[in-house]
Amino acid sequence: MTVLLETRGLSKNFGGLKAVSDVNFRVEKGEVRAVIGPNGAGKTTFVSLISGRIAPSAGTILFEGEDVTELPAYARVQKGIAYTFQITSIYQNLSVAENVALAAHQPGGRASLEPLARVGLADRASQIAGTLAYGHQRLLEVAMGLALKPKLLILDEPTQGLSDAEIDNFITLVRDVARDETVLLIEHNMPLVMELAHRITVLDRGSILAEGTPQEVHANAAVQAAYLGTG
Amino acid sequence: MGFFPHLLLAILEGTVAAAVLALSALGLSLVFGVMRVVNVAHGEFFMLGAMLAWFVAKSVPGGPAAGFVVALIVAPLAVGALAFVTERLLLRRINYDPEATIVATIGLMFVIQQLALTVFGADAKAVSAPFTYRIALPWFGFSGYKLFVVLASVALLLGVWWVLAKTKLGLIMRVTQFDRETATAFGIPVNQVYSAVFVAGAALVAIAAVLIVPIQQAHYLMGLDPLLMSFIVVIIGGLGSIKGSVIAAIIIGLSDGIISMFFSPTLASIIATLAVALVLVFRPQGLFGVPAR
Amino acid sequence: MTARVLLLHGAVIVALFLLQFVASDYAVLTATRIMVLAVYALGYNILFGYAGLLSLGHAMFFATGLYAAALGVTRLGMAVPEAFLFAAVCGVIVSTVIGLIALRASGVAFMIVTLMFSQAAFLTVLYFGDITRGDEGIVIKDDQRVFSLFGHVVNLADPVLRYNIALVFLALAIAACLAVVRSKIGHVLVAIRENENRTAMLGYDVKRYKLIAFVLSGSFAAFSGAAYALLFAYAGSTLASIQYSIHPLLWTLLGGAATVLGPVLGTALMFLLVDFASGFTSASLLFVGVVLILLVLFFPKGILGTLRQRLWRWLP
Repeated sequence: MTVLLETRGLSKNFGGLKAVSDVNFRVEKGEVRAVIGPNGAGKTTFVSLISGRIAPSAGTILFEGEDVTELPAYARVQKGIAYTFQITSIYQNLSVAENVALAAHQPGGRASLEPLARVGLADRASQIAGTLAYGHQRLLEVAMGLALKPKLLILDEPTQGLSDAEIDNFITLVRDVARDETVLLIEHNMPLVMELAHRITVLDRGSILAEGTPQEVHANAAVQAAYLGTG
Repeated sequence: MGFFPHLLLAILEGTVAAAVLALSALGLSLVFGVMRVVNVAHGEFFMLGAMLAWFVAKSVPGGPAAGFVVALIVAPLAVGALAFVTERLLLRRINYDPEATIVATIGLMFVIQQLALTVFGADAKAVSAPFTYRIALPWFGFSGYKLFVVLASVALLLGVWWVLAKTKLGLIMRVTQFDRETATAFGIPVNQVYSAVFVAGAALVAIAAVLIVPIQQAHYLMGLDPLLMSFIVVIIGGLGSIKGSVIAAIIIGLSDGIISMFFSPTLASIIATLAVALVLVFRPQGLFGVPAR
Repeated sequence: MTARVLLLHGAVIVALFLLQFVASDYAVLTATRIMVLAVYALGYNILFGYAGLLSLGHAMFFATGLYAAALGVTRLGMAVPEAFLFAAVCGVIVSTVIGLIALRASGVAFMIVTLMFSQAAFLTVLYFGDITRGDEGIVIKDDQRVFSLFGHVVNLADPVLRYNIALVFLALAIAACLAVVRSKIGHVLVAIRENENRTAMLGYDVKRYKLIAFVLSGSFAAFSGAAYALLFAYAGSTLASIQYSIHPLLWTLLGGAATVLGPVLGTALMFLLVDFASGFTSASLLFVGVVLILLVLFFPKGILGTLRQRLWRWLP
């Protein structure tokens, strides 16, 4: 197995608050990794550091063995780290096809509609993105992530606000995606995480509390106390 | 006259300039602070205040002092009324969108300016001060009215500060400034607060104009300077912070007085405008503000 | 590029070419002025319409070209073609420097930063009144506007020649705009306007694209300024004032932001309106104000923007 992403001593302070502190973290190529943790555990700050949306206070980030700590967000995307937004962030006034074309870096051209087909939106290519139903907008967000042809796809709370049926669809989709790409999944929905993730990292108050297979994490007493309640 | 009398004169003129700056910027600062919109027609409200002062002085019998007192009542009322209409018909309709507000108030700036040209004509109009006492110094005489403007400016600033910091009305404004949604949740009629603040900002700049016009002259193009100067003070002081604006006004007023005296007024203005641009870029919270949440 | 797009823009140019054979001398002069200033508006539209960045300070770039050309011809002994080149180079340099600084701000702060830089530039023009002759302005002598090009003697004082030179500039500017808008850059600029965060997270260097838009737009402005100075033999400080920063915004808004021909149409209409109004009032800027307010309130997409929304979806 090769390491795709690694953080060493990664920390972020906001004023006096340690949002992320001294996190050493590795993702192997090809795995589906979930990061879970209670509200305020620092999950969003952590992925923001990885994607380059904010700069760390200390530590380094390695991607495919290369130090990317100083790279701005767009350059990391070019290296293959794709980020899908927690709050849907698509081009509301542009067509679905143009949204994907922009992600594929072929704006205005004849970009492949294959990512749309993968999320099941192929028949809506010419629709204006803002007129899609909410669930479909989330899928478009994922399709844009796929169109980037990333090596690492970060999904930040992708199922927030989706119905149960939509979540089932989504599980199939992530399984499909995970055949080619490495996925880093930030999620609240425990059953979904248990079903999808190969390994789970539990964050609590900015540090890694536990890490392991879904079964190991579920059995971990500290995790149960901090997060899962009594299970 | 030697160097020190020159410097003293520069400092005195600088203090007057600082008072004028703080006065003209107060209304803009209040409006931006609470409503988060920039009113580009602010300078034209100033110009209208000055024009009304001239008009009142011309038509009220009983000398400059009587005219001055009447203008202090009429100008803020009239300009406030115009601001009320502007807020209702313009700002509210575009939902206080920051960029649209700037474009719309640029339009309003031209409209007010050109109407003033049509009504009052293109010539500059002098207004006499309510009193003409001169303070005799060993080297030069200095206008007592200018010092009065400094005192009046301090009084007005303290008054506004007191309303904001110590009264229930001020509390309501501060809550609205903090967050529109929270204010609505507390049952504050946000629209009425906005309306009141916009009117108050205009009334304040009209009062400032009545005070200042005897040491300048009324002219239909005079609005641009107080507008730019207000921007300068408000931005360098930190948008929406009255304390910061006052400190900035003092710094800029004094340095303006000194640079103008020893070099050239144009150079002083160039330095001030460049300073604003650089402060906005490199320290957007202003020199004395704190970063946004 | 689709045929009807080429046809429409080509037809506009051809119509303008034919205009000189039927119009009066006065109309030819006005149209020359409109075409030169439309180049300014076309450039402004790249930044404002497509990239969504509202500058209140483009007069500084217009003035850069204006004074570079006027001083180049009158003081530095340049021939007219050299002065054009010199003005364009100055435009690129000034807009790059200002862009690198101003683009660190966004939204309202960007508007005020550009306004302030432009005001500083205007005051600088006044400060160096010995050279710029301030309000009174630099008048270029007729013999300084005669030059030879490919063996032909060209005299810019000839109104018909001047008209056709302005027309060539306008045609080039329209073609350049079309090319930019339909290129990858144009599409990315629209993406930045629509959602800047998302565009950065799709791997686009947003800062670089914004700077490209800023410099393109500033260079168009400088070129238009140079053309104004050389064709009309005059450079005065009024042309560097805030008013001249507001004009391209108004023209673009009126004709339709983010449409290629919108700024041209807006410039022409506003010119005709002001021309008409100045027949019976000296307060012709009043109409500028009224039109601005009406546009913001009722017609934010402008004429061609609304037409595109309702009728012609293909309009670039």
